[in-house]
Amino acid sequence: MRTWLYKVDTRVSPYLYIAPFFVLFGVFGLFPLGYTAYVSLFDWSLLRDEHSYVGFQNYAELFKDPYFWNALGNTVSILILSTVPQLVLALVLAHLVNRPFIRGAAAWRLGLLLPNLTSVVAVVVIFSQLFGRDFGLINAGLEALGLGRIAWQEGTASSHVAISVMIIWRWTGYNALIFLAAMQAVPKELYESATLDGATSGQQLRSITIPAIRPTIIFVVIVSTIYGLQIFAEPQLFGGGGPNGITGGSDRQFQTLTLYLYEHGFNKGFDFGYASATAWVMFGVIVLFAIGNFVLSKRIRGVK
Amino acid sequence: MNRRLTYLTLLGSLFFAVFPFYFSFVVASHDNSALAQVKLLPGPNFLENVRRVFATVPFDLALANSALVASVNTCSVVLFSTLAGFAFAKLRFRGRTPLLLSVIATMMVPTQLGIIPLFILITRFEWHDTLAAVIVPALVNAFGVFFMTQYLSEALPTELLEAGRMDGCANHRLFWHVVLPAARPAMAVLGMLTFLGTWNDYLWPLVVLASPENQTVQVGLSQLRAGYVQDYSLALTGTVLATLPLIVVFGALSKQLIGGIMQGAVKG
Repeated sequence: MRTWLYKVDTRVSPYLYIAPFFVLFGVFGLFPLGYTAYVSLFDWSLLRDEHSYVGFQNYAELFKDPYFWNALGNTVSILILSTVPQLVLALVLAHLVNRPFIRGAAAWRLGLLLPNLTSVVAVVVIFSQLFGRDFGLINAGLEALGLGRIAWQEGTASSHVAISVMIIWRWTGYNALIFLAAMQAVPKELYESATLDGATSGQQLRSITIPAIRPTIIFVVIVSTIYGLQIFAEPQLFGGGGPNGITGGSDRQFQTLTLYLYEHGFNKGFDFGYASATAWVMFGVIVLFAIGNFVLSKRIRGVK
Repeated sequence: MNRRLTYLTLLGSLFFAVFPFYFSFVVASHDNSALAQVKLLPGPNFLENVRRVFATVPFDLALANSALVASVNTCSVVLFSTLAGFAFAKLRFRGRTPLLLSVIATMMVPTQLGIIPLFILITRFEWHDTLAAVIVPALVNAFGVFFMTQYLSEALPTELLEAGRMDGCANHRLFWHVVLPAARPAMAVLGMLTFLGTWNDYLWPLVVLASPENQTVQVGLSQLRAGYVQDYSLALTGTVLATLPLIVVFGALSKQLIGGIMQGAVKG
């Protein structure tokens, strides 16, 4: 009886443990995604009751639209400008807080999390003020240093920098905290003996911490990339939330893919078919980036 | 890097982390018309601005709704993610690898892109304009499952589980007595992140919650920006009010929550 129960337990219980996730995901994740694919094959406007099948026409139009490629370029540019400094900073900060001589570790951890306590709405409102052309604090500072004012929102590069700063400010500490959690599992003795051998803090970061928390680093890189490719609220609210926000500035200089999707789905005749096609192409881009990350991290491991 | 430089770097980072908060309070304490000039010190108008916020939107109800949604989702995400993470990290079962890969693939599904079909679905369930529409789809997510899987595979010694099995522990008892204690640091982090994420969620509540008494804090916030003239004082007073409860709660709990990361009995 006991062994029979034991067998049932080992065979069945793993599935019970993962079931809540898969059931909920099936209903609220997979179904919407599948339905989006279906809709993308139709000329499907919210304003009309009849939806005619058009095959892959939405996709063909999408690839012909220069604004789509512009949005893709902007998204990748903002992704790189925000993710790379953010992850390097997060790793360094986590490592510094993890140094054995640091006092008040709990307080530093709270400090790391602080920027993440704000919502994206709040962040953009605050930073739009800071990056304001005429009354912004940053331009006032630049002027005080004898440098010229920058019209942050008008330029392509400058607007990407401003948006990236918002993302970096909000997420660096969050990622540092995830790195820190992983660093707790690294044996303290490794650092102690390395210090005795005269290894500097930087050397310890490179040769002890990073190899030890590799799975977590890969995890954070992949997640950041996925979220970075979906950036929406920052550019939209930075552009003022209105029409200028949806096009990502007057010259579309900071329109991202999700903004492009939003523009067609909710602004131009509620073209759900075209917007759904955009959604699926975005999904493809995200998968490509994730696979790229994964392959790259595998290769780096191979070199070592 | 020596101690002094380490502390200096950390203090500098702390300044950058704190300054925008200070600055939003500065803006929130001035009359909007006074903001044409750069202000660095708080003004006299904060309480007046708070009164205007409560007069503009039902902010007290919004705070209560957000607290309810965030608490329920935090508990369920942490529990379900730890369970699934345990299974994926330490149990052997048929289909484990493909199922885990599908969890990772799930994280690549841009949630906001499914928002139209999700809206249709919620309407079919007749959950439109109820808090269930916000709570149920977020009871568990791929991020939590993958996070706990990664953490437990690094931090939970397999020998400990085997020792428990030798003593005749079934999986649910192993989960209770071995996995939960080892997972505590990661659970604290995941719990905090989930609470924050839910509290600050904006797009989906905005779409699905229509009536004012059902709205969450962020939706209330967005309405403070809806006027013809950009009223930064009003908007930033709202952000201060929406952020303050989080800072108080996490300030009070930080010893237990973040301290949990410190003591975590998870040496490899």
